Amino acid sequence: MRVSPMFLTGFSLVLVWGLIALAAPLLATHDPYAIDFEAILQAPGPAHWFGTDNVGRDTYSRVVFGARLALYIGLLGVIAPMLIGMTIGLLAGYFGGWVDTLAMRLLDITVPFPFFVLVLAIVAVLGPGIENYFIALALVGWVGYARLARAEAVVLRQAEFVLAARTMGFSHGYILLRHVLPNALSPIVVYMMTDVTLVILFGAALGFLGMGVSPPAAEWGVMIAEGQSYIATAWWISFFPGLAMVALGVGFALIGDGLARMLRIER
Amino acid sequence: MKTLRYILLRLLQAVPVLLGVSIVTFALMVATPGDPIRLLVGDRATPETIALIRDRYGLDDPILAQYVTYLRNLLQGDLGASLRYRVPVSQLIAQHYPVTLFLVIYTIVLTLPPVIALSVWSARRQSGVADQVIRLLGVVGLAVPVFWLALLFARFFGVTLGWFPVSGFGNSFGEHLLHLFLPALSTMIWVVPILVRNLRSALLDEMNRDYVLTGLSKGLGERQVFRTHVFPNSILPTLNLFAVIVAYLLGGSVIVETVYAVPGMGKLMVESILARDYFVVQGATLVFALTTILVMLAVDLLSTAIDPRLSP
Repeated sequence: MRVSPMFLTGFSLVLVWGLIALAAPLLATHDPYAIDFEAILQAPGPAHWFGTDNVGRDTYSRVVFGARLALYIGLLGVIAPMLIGMTIGLLAGYFGGWVDTLAMRLLDITVPFPFFVLVLAIVAVLGPGIENYFIALALVGWVGYARLARAEAVVLRQAEFVLAARTMGFSHGYILLRHVLPNALSPIVVYMMTDVTLVILFGAALGFLGMGVSPPAAEWGVMIAEGQSYIATAWWISFFPGLAMVALGVGFALIGDGLARMLRIER
Repeated sequence: MKTLRYILLRLLQAVPVLLGVSIVTFALMVATPGDPIRLLVGDRATPETIALIRDRYGLDDPILAQYVTYLRNLLQGDLGASLRYRVPVSQLIAQHYPVTLFLVIYTIVLTLPPVIALSVWSARRQSGVADQVIRLLGVVGLAVPVFWLALLFARFFGVTLGWFPVSGFGNSFGEHLLHLFLPALSTMIWVVPILVRNLRSALLDEMNRDYVLTGLSKGLGERQVFRTHVFPNSILPTLNLFAVIVAYLLGGSVIVETVYAVPGMGKLMVESILARDYFVVQGATLVFALTTILVMLAVDLLSTAIDPRLSP
């Protein structure tokens, strides 16, 4: 299998971000939370590479520390939806019958809701905060995984090696875990990479709207919101966190895109 | 007659989905902490008043009976009342819905030309330079935060160049177009890559069909085959994506309307969440879902009109 250049680029990008997040205290030039009224709204320069915000915090240091939160949200946020969706999808596709019907009706109900609207509504009920965002994701985000896993399981159920395993007397659980799951995994992993990007984006959007991570946290969405009132004069407060988000999101999206090509899921 | 029966059938099939959607919004309400009625009437209300309203919304009944009451109220268009504005939720929605509808349709109109041009271009030269660049742009488009892009657009096109207003909705059709241009442009960035990817792969599928070879062998030019056979056949798979896209756009409207202070459903929803105006949040969620269901229905019917083989 030839490693796609897109995959490599994406992988390197994410790796770099991972290192930045780990080494944030070393890379940061200032304390990301230190308020300095002597240095308010300073333009990017040698003292403050990405400038400072309205209370004199160093934007560069905040962006660096923000990588921790973004990776934490993105990587942790996809786990529950993936596990739930994969389980439901595999069971539905493999067993068919009423299990399948029930799962499909559940899917039908979630489809009409715009994803972000439903996440917002759930967060509205549970209250703002990142934990509640994770709960909302688990309740809503499994749908995409379930659909993919089901489509694979429906085909694999009739594969010869599965039938062979059945006639040899292996249990359904064993077959699902050892034969169906590994063969159904590739589209799910590809989807997961795109999903990480979306989970990071929506998490930041929540922070932006004041319903995610709460200020003064160095979270990119929160930072963009803080710079909103100063966008006409001090553009750098909002600009750099957003740019960081694009760079991280592109990394995961490239991994997904490269994998899709390497695994021949998409041309 | 057959068509009418088919339409009725589709409408009937939508009923379970509608019920499911109403269960979800009902569950949102039940899960809400605190007593919404207490919030609704304020602290000075007499216990009798509270009891009266609780009775009207059936809040002391068993949960199943509560749901039935909720459903009955829904069917009569009663979505509860706004705690903030002291008006029926349906009235608020009637005020804000047209704005979002305008924004969504506007965005779609702006989206179609680039989507068609880009996907045709990249499909005809598969793996060429253009295809690679468009693919890369798609990846970037996926990762760009809409609210950030909206802010930058507002700053650049609105403040620096002064070409477009950066907030509000305007009072005439022309002003609407002008006010909503930047919001529509910001949301577009999100949808164009998804649509291009799908139309491109549909085009590639169709280009490998036998009829293309037939067309070429009977002497039709490559262009002619593409225009009269490949392209029309690729529309259908993309049309099916339309409902998903509308759902995307509605979700995006929440963010974009907030940035540009557009008085639509999205802004209403965000403000209501922040103000803990639960009935409005619930009503808005329901209306968003209903819109998607209607679009899905329309797409289904349109698909069968285009390709009668799809109807049973």
